Amino acid sequence: MEMDNFTFGITMLVAGMGGTLVTLGLLSLMMAGLGKLFPYKEEDGKEG
Amino acid sequence: MLEAIIAGLGGLVVGFKLLFVNWQNLIMLGVGGVLLWLGIKKDCEPLLLVPIGFGCILVNIPMSDVMLKDGFIRTIYDAGVDTELFPLLIFIGIGAMTDFGPVLAQPYTFLLGAAGQFGIFLTLLVALWLGFPKLDAVSIGIIGACDGPTAIYVTSKYAPHLLGAVAVAAYSYMSLVPVLQPPIMRLLTTEKEKKTVMKFTAKPVSKTTKLLFPIVITVVGGCIAPKGLPLLATIMLGNLMKESGVVARLTGAAENEIANVVTLFLGLSIGATMAGPAFIRAETLIILALGFMAICLDTVCGVLFGKVLYIVTGGKINPLIGAAGISAFPMAARVVQKVGSQYNKKSYLLMHAMGANAGGQIGSVIAAAVMLSVLAGMGVIR
Repeated sequence: MEMDNFTFGITMLVAGMGGTLVTLGLLSLMMAGLGKLFPYKEEDGKEG
Repeated sequence: MLEAIIAGLGGLVVGFKLLFVNWQNLIMLGVGGVLLWLGIKKDCEPLLLVPIGFGCILVNIPMSDVMLKDGFIRTIYDAGVDTELFPLLIFIGIGAMTDFGPVLAQPYTFLLGAAGQFGIFLTLLVALWLGFPKLDAVSIGIIGACDGPTAIYVTSKYAPHLLGAVAVAAYSYMSLVPVLQPPIMRLLTTEKEKKTVMKFTAKPVSKTTKLLFPIVITVVGGCIAPKGLPLLATIMLGNLMKESGVVARLTGAAENEIANVVTLFLGLSIGATMAGPAFIRAETLIILALGFMAICLDTVCGVLFGKVLYIVTGGKINPLIGAAGISAFPMAARVVQKVGSQYNKKSYLLMHAMGANAGGQIGSVIAAAVMLSVLAGMGVIR
């Protein structure tokens, strides 16, 4: 698929920025979930 | 016989004669000297700039064969840069050195790490507007990742002829973060915003979460952006080794011996791509200017995103921490703490900024991975 520079640039801007934000947003939710599933316990501190 | 002796001795001065014929090489010898000066005297990323500067000098000595077929730097280049192996090995070391605890303690800071990458895509757009071919523009934009290995990985794969300029821009500007960021941060935030005090209420992170983090990021990130899997996987492997605590020898080797040897080889190889005739072009200056713009735009977008969070949370988040959402770890976090404390002595932003900064470290890799996968999706790369 051959596309002009303008279309390419806008596609990269929207898909790239959007994709990065959505991916990191998703990962942040998953990490928050992991934090809730496996809360910190005193033993964690002792293990270092 | 006298003629033979004179001819033989003449061979010893050919290099000096050629030096003045090939003026580009002469200039690049000076550039190599400046890079060495920056590394040695100004402490600007010395681990990279010293070998880069020396490689630059080596390749610009007339009749130098270090980058010709079977030349010693060409051999290193072909083995580690051409194959994209060196940046990946460095990533294992970075993963082994980085504590992602602050971002895991405050997962919302991942979003600041995303905003800090927007400069990549905006710069890509400007590079295209200036007439650069698509993959050259991608490699120029990636300077905005503020992440040397990522920039080298992408550029060596898709625009190897720009490698010298992109790598020098990435590493030099990264070391200028403490100078570049504060004016932008001051300009974009109001007095009230700068003085916002953020309480640190994050709880410690469990060992299980720290162990699952690299595995989840690799699997989920790899499924979303498989083209960037090598980048993600290597940094996460290093982090898994560190957090597991059971392979201390491997972790130590990754962050010391392997990282040191590869950094030396990588620096020499990059410096050796800076041969005068190929490097001294208007294009190089434009790339350096665009790289500068990319890093400034990262800071602008990061702070603006911080302002959005400030509004959304009713003034609980200091927008200055947005500036830390770049990959220059932990330099950017320290800059945020310094600027914040200048406006409010009670403001202690470091831990929040460290979260954003660690998010930026992941963000830069994710942004590159997303970019490569979008390119593959569009059929621009295979």
